Amino acid sequence: MKNALLAVLLITPCFALLGTMVVNKRMAFFTDVLGHSAFTGIAIGVLLGIQDPTLPMIAVAVALAVAINLLKDTTRASVDTVLGVLFAFIVALGIVILSRQGGFAKYTSYLIGDILAVSPRQIACFLVIAIVVLVYWYAAGNAMILTSVNSSLARSRAVNVFLIETSFTILLALVVMISIRLAGILIINSLLVLPAAASRNFARNIHSYTQGAVIISVFSGVTGLIVSYYWGTASGATIVLFAAGCYGVSALLGRRLNR
Amino acid sequence: MRNTCKHCCTKIDNLKVKLGGNTILDNVNVHVNCGEVVGIVGPNGAGKTTLLRTILGEVPYQGRIAFQISGSVSKKPKIGYVPQKLQFDFSSPISVADLVVSAISFYPVWMGINRDLLERVKSILSLFAAEHLLKRRIGELSGGELQRVLLAIAMTPGPALLLLDEPGSGVDVKGLSLFYQLVDDLRNKHDIAVILVTHDLAGVSSYVDRLILLDRSVIAEGNPEAVLSNEKLVKTFGPSLWNVSLLPNLKSSKAGKNDHD
Repeated sequence: MKNALLAVLLITPCFALLGTMVVNKRMAFFTDVLGHSAFTGIAIGVLLGIQDPTLPMIAVAVALAVAINLLKDTTRASVDTVLGVLFAFIVALGIVILSRQGGFAKYTSYLIGDILAVSPRQIACFLVIAIVVLVYWYAAGNAMILTSVNSSLARSRAVNVFLIETSFTILLALVVMISIRLAGILIINSLLVLPAAASRNFARNIHSYTQGAVIISVFSGVTGLIVSYYWGTASGATIVLFAAGCYGVSALLGRRLNR
Repeated sequence: MRNTCKHCCTKIDNLKVKLGGNTILDNVNVHVNCGEVVGIVGPNGAGKTTLLRTILGEVPYQGRIAFQISGSVSKKPKIGYVPQKLQFDFSSPISVADLVVSAISFYPVWMGINRDLLERVKSILSLFAAEHLLKRRIGELSGGELQRVLLAIAMTPGPALLLLDEPGSGVDVKGLSLFYQLVDDLRNKHDIAVILVTHDLAGVSSYVDRLILLDRSVIAEGNPEAVLSNEKLVKTFGPSLWNVSLLPNLKSSKAGKNDHD
């Protein structure tokens, strides 16, 4: 339980920070596809006979993130069509490989995650990723804001838009894959989207937006974890329920404030 | 026509731009001196925005774009750019101060803007009649207000060349004339070169030194009166605009303008 709490305290602020930009740049579907690419990552790990599928999962997610980033500038199809096609393909491919000889049941723990099984080694990993996210946000935060408003405007301010967009998607892929054991494939995306979406309901500037998202994310994480312990429920899903509750409250309050 | 310094200029020679197999610009030759405001007009799809994006360095091209100071070729100067009507998420929690600080400073906006920086942003915005917008969200601004904020960003720190893409779109007549007035002041004070892409023939004619009619290449070029009486323009814009632009006193014809976007 102590390990799980540490893990939540390290990873929820990262999700909040990344989520603010995911929501600003309307990438919620993109990150959902990214999360589901874990199926294929795990499958490739199984085919290669690797015990811990984290590395193949990261490799597949990073490759997918870079591919989508390149595709969206070159294809004429709309981004959500491209994502829809990739989503179906990558999930189907993973399930087909994993379900050979009826063995899919072994992998259901990836669907809903298990925070309580987190190891000290994984916590060290979360600490490193939290530092990376913080440094990245410190260095690239402003460039990302400009890019999210208008890419030509960003370029005229000497921002390398391609580098920013690619590095951001790679970082997303990394964080999502490393923490997928915690929350599970099915709901990992809501940990990214919900805190930022809730904060947006009353934020007046980027500072309050970020602050709100971090507070909501950490609050839902800690409360959800403790409650799931007493209820005997899946921690990831319980955390998401609390985050969704925060969203509901903020939507009601935000509407009243903006009236 | 206004006397310009002629010491520095932007020279575009024999420019050709192909995008996805289509030739967007061909054999474009444009020289802009500093202190000069050049308007570029032309039909939709004429390559006006592509020309600006090429000067910004966003689009691959053939030909030559050179920036000269006192006759010697200099490296790419600072270019200020005010994009066409922005299409961003209007519920975005980005304030005017956030946008300005993220464009002019490395201080991470998400950590909160300190008082000194906020004062600096306020003083920059005050030059563009926009200091009262400081804490507003960018999605709450009117077209004219957003243009002035973008102009403030483009002018910080002072560029040698200012590119304005359709400043008239989504801006009311009053807002637009305030915008043109600000650009005119900037050019007089800082001697910068301005390239302005527009549909607004009549409104812009009293502020530009030279008009260029562009349709893949330069069709006509010269002082506004001469270009506006060019018969090729009739084919481009149709007789209705032709009449507006031939009003006896061209400089007061702004009142008769419509928003064409």
